[in-house]
Amino acid sequence: MKNTSKRVAFLGCVTALALVLAYLEILLPPIVNSIPGIKLGLPNIAIIFVLYRFGLRDAAIVSFMRILVVSLLFGNPMTFAYSVAGAVLSLVVMTLLRKLNFLSTVGVSVAGGVFHNVGQILTAMVLLGTAELGYYLIVLAVTGTVAGILIGLCAGVAIKRVPNLKM
Amino acid sequence: MTDKTNRDMPAVQADGRRKIKNDIIFIAVLLVAVSLIGLCVFLIRGEGDSVTVTVDGKAYGTYRLSDDVRVEIRTGDGGEHVNVLVIKDGKAYIESADCPDGICASHRAIHREGESIVCLPHKVVVTVISSDKNAPDVVV
Repeated sequence: MKNTSKRVAFLGCVTALALVLAYLEILLPPIVNSIPGIKLGLPNIAIIFVLYRFGLRDAAIVSFMRILVVSLLFGNPMTFAYSVAGAVLSLVVMTLLRKLNFLSTVGVSVAGGVFHNVGQILTAMVLLGTAELGYYLIVLAVTGTVAGILIGLCAGVAIKRVPNLKM
Repeated sequence: MTDKTNRDMPAVQADGRRKIKNDIIFIAVLLVAVSLIGLCVFLIRGEGDSVTVTVDGKAYGTYRLSDDVRVEIRTGDGGEHVNVLVIKDGKAYIESADCPDGICASHRAIHREGESIVCLPHKVVVTVISSDKNAPDVVV
């Protein structure tokens, strides 16, 4: 692979950006704080950007690194487990939809957001041993859709505007 | 899609419009699907294992659904009102009550978690709970 160092440097920058976005999100006043799991998911702008520009492998690396660092800095082992489950499912679904190429970044992002929540709920069901959380998914699916639309719009602009580095 | 990068590229524009339409359809289908799944989960929600009784917001007692019991819930200043709670075959119902409307007594038997029978005149609430519900909230 040509220009590996350039790619590594660029992905490092994007990972840092994702971390800053994660931090920014923590600073934002929570809109609906009473319900856990509702997040805008700003770092996903960076993840979707990498997914479109570099593909699944690099997106997975950036995603994993940002979850690891965010969990170490602001979270706990539980947040790590939830986030990884959500991220894996969301990345797989987004990659498939991107390959099928019938949706814009908005649709892909919405699917990613909703399946992130699906992954988290499934993890919670397994960890807490209760099926009761299923109904909670309805709430998260709606909020995930709203967040996904916003993130998808931002990611679409980023993919279009950020100059394509020759790598 | 009136972006200047796209102004001279009708093909890209058309593709973008098609994708936006697909997006809307996709989101609608996704929401409907999740709502249906959620509805199913809601309908087959877990069986509770106990009922808890509160009178005027204060805890009165908790009874296991697995035991067949008959409880006279005495309310009012001197215990002059009564609702008879019966638990039989894993279901709870109010067998009889001396409240004016008798709505609680005509309520069907409850056994799913979250279901409740309310007697407004006597301020009696019977709710099905699941006692292993003390697990922590989801931290995401």
